[in-house]
Amino acid sequence: MDPLRQSPSPSSSRASSPRTLPCEMLGYVGIEAVLDQLKIKAMKMGFEFNIMVVGQSGLGKSTMVNTLFKSKMCKSTMPGLGVPTPQTLQLQSVTHVIEESGVKLKLTVTDTPGFGDQINNDKCWDPILGYISEQYEKYLQEEILITRQRHIPDTRVHCCVYFVPPTGHCLRPLDIEFLQRLCRTVNVVPVIARADSLTIEEREAFRHRIQENLKTHGIEVYPQKCFDEDINDKILNSKIRERIPFAVVGADREHIVNGRCVLGRKTKWGIIEVENMAHCEFPLLRDLLIRSHLQDLKDITHNVHYENYRIFRLNESHVLPRGPGWVNLAPAPASVPAPAGPQASPGPPKVCWWAKDNSDEEC
Amino acid sequence: MSSEVARHLLFQSHMATKTAHMSPQVFDNDEKQKKENTRSLAMSGHVGFESLPDQLVNRSIQQGFCFNILCVGETGIGKSTLIDTLFNTNFEDHESSHFYPHVRLKAQTYELQESNVRLKLTIVNTVGFGDQINKEESYQPIVDYIDAQFEAYLQEELKIKRSLFNYHDSRIHVCLYFISPTGHSLKTLDLLTMKSLDSKVNIIPVIAKADAISKTELQKFKIKIMSELVSNGVQIYQFPTDDETIAKINASMNGHLPFAVVGSMDEVKVGNKMVKARQYPWGIVQVENENHCDFVKLREMLICTNMEDLRDETHTRHYELYRRRKLEEMGLTDMGPENKPLSLQETYEAKRHEFYGERQRKEEEMKQLFVQRVKEKEAVLKEAERELQAKFEHLKRVHQEEKLRLEEKRRLLEEEIIAFSKKKATSEIYQNQPFMTPGGNVRKDKDRKNSSFM
Repeated sequence: MDPLRQSPSPSSSRASSPRTLPCEMLGYVGIEAVLDQLKIKAMKMGFEFNIMVVGQSGLGKSTMVNTLFKSKMCKSTMPGLGVPTPQTLQLQSVTHVIEESGVKLKLTVTDTPGFGDQINNDKCWDPILGYISEQYEKYLQEEILITRQRHIPDTRVHCCVYFVPPTGHCLRPLDIEFLQRLCRTVNVVPVIARADSLTIEEREAFRHRIQENLKTHGIEVYPQKCFDEDINDKILNSKIRERIPFAVVGADREHIVNGRCVLGRKTKWGIIEVENMAHCEFPLLRDLLIRSHLQDLKDITHNVHYENYRIFRLNESHVLPRGPGWVNLAPAPASVPAPAGPQASPGPPKVCWWAKDNSDEEC
Repeated sequence: MSSEVARHLLFQSHMATKTAHMSPQVFDNDEKQKKENTRSLAMSGHVGFESLPDQLVNRSIQQGFCFNILCVGETGIGKSTLIDTLFNTNFEDHESSHFYPHVRLKAQTYELQESNVRLKLTIVNTVGFGDQINKEESYQPIVDYIDAQFEAYLQEELKIKRSLFNYHDSRIHVCLYFISPTGHSLKTLDLLTMKSLDSKVNIIPVIAKADAISKTELQKFKIKIMSELVSNGVQIYQFPTDDETIAKINASMNGHLPFAVVGSMDEVKVGNKMVKARQYPWGIVQVENENHCDFVKLREMLICTNMEDLRDETHTRHYELYRRRKLEEMGLTDMGPENKPLSLQETYEAKRHEFYGERQRKEEEMKQLFVQRVKEKEAVLKEAERELQAKFEHLKRVHQEEKLRLEEKRRLLEEEIIAFSKKKATSEIYQNQPFMTPGGNVRKDKDRKNSSFM
């Protein structure tokens, strides 16, 4: 799932592969041992993954994260427990290290309580975009130091899961605005939240309408079509693209069904099993995010989104780093300041979409 | 094939040790994580990210691997043969001449494939090393080549629009230094070359054509070489000993350095098998026999166990060192004058302004110089013009004078002619008068005669 297959730009023709001669080896040499070496190195270093969940409050974001990673990552807010919805959008990050079979994963989950909850939700995406840009900025600053660290800590958001409320109709203007901006800077995976309120037919119709909406507005969600490397990827990713957005249900309680212990939601009319494909599509989401495409998400973030950001930053020569307006993680008492960075304005995209446009865009 | 099985067993035992040692490790990790403000979380079920290393490996398989070896050694010491034997294939075949005036580096890239691993192997050979009579310039081309590869990578990294993921990495990952089997000690050229290369590339010294030394001599030779390297401060590549699985074997291999190798692609029948060997009248030296030479050890270390570490070291140590030096040379620093961290961007910008100012000033200078030169040229031309004019005037005047004189002369001449013809006329009259009174006919005859004379 190698991202970014496109014709090399003329400037890199010097560095492209020299003339290579294929050679037949007459016996076993042991080159494939390098795979084991890679594995050992990777396991020693551990992996990092940063995920952001965005959606209105009450859609089950925290529960979903807990279900995905089968642990109490975030405190899921229960209605009526007196936790007030925040007045402004704040971003909260928690980091955990989880380990499975010797593989260590440093997982950072960024939650966005307060998104879309105000009366006037205009520009409520700015803090989120600002946060994402801030992570890119941090990485860029580390990368251009003279004396660099051996391993630059990666806090860039690799995947953003967007929760669409199960209205059953179509995407709302807020969803469309947000997705349009976000899909240019980060990998976005939209999901239909609380899908247990929709029947199967309603689900399919809703999904279909959302797909049409996405196509009409030119929103490219992950897995992006332009990054399909070869025919296998195309086939695999088309299957996934047919099912996007997944209709998911989150649950962190266990119940007994037919003698088995399953995660599910218990209602008077039955138990919705989270990991049952007939009930909801949670397994698809989990497989996509963790079991098959995690490395790919990181690759696209590093090779495409981060590079776009870097090009943009290096082309504007007079903006100081750490200028005023970057959003801090700590909640600000006043209303969220609009970032001075050029991410704020809608309209013509400042960041060039790699596959479509190879020319520089001045800000 | 047994090595393959051994390797898989090694990997599995590695996994086992990891999980067995989980509890004390987790404790250590807790300590570390408390410092990092992260918590370790226990999961209540199987999530599935244990496939992460496999995802990483799959991606690497798709991308392919890249490995670049530099072989430094005198002509004819067996570099190409050893590489052929290492990778069990016949790369290009001709012997190089001994008569090159300078050391050159020749790089050739090959694509090898073993099961699903694609390897882009680049072999760089030094042609003409040690052949010159004056060897002072021998190692400089090698250093320059290594630096040039680093430079190319640095340029790509500093570009605004870069494509590092499909950049063909040509940086040298390992340098095999071939020591000739004299049995005594290192040559001065060897020491000098290795000293100049040790901070730029991973060096693995090998004793070439080891079938020329006996076992006891070999032991002494190895000890002598290592002590010379240590006493001269040459840093050769040490196989890494920080990972438990390979620590033991790497540590033991470190003690066998430099490897005494024999290379051969010829097959000889030994027992009932065909093995790679060199046949002598006094016996057969088998390449893959560990009692005969260290070839198997070299192949193990170079390819099977430490290829990834060699690439890692090149990228994180040697390349970073080069990058740091280069950027500092360009005058960029991390700390500004008030000791506040500067960004590369800012210093770069400052440098750019400075450069533009400089360029502007130079442009002005050149412009002024140009104007001045033009003026001078104009003055010279004017001077020449004036001179020409003066000459012309002068000539004209001379011409005029000539003309007047000639006119004068002509007039005089014409006057003379007129005077002469007058005189002639009057003299004729005087001549005709005395002949008029006597006979008219005689006079007429005489006239006729005289007039025929006239």
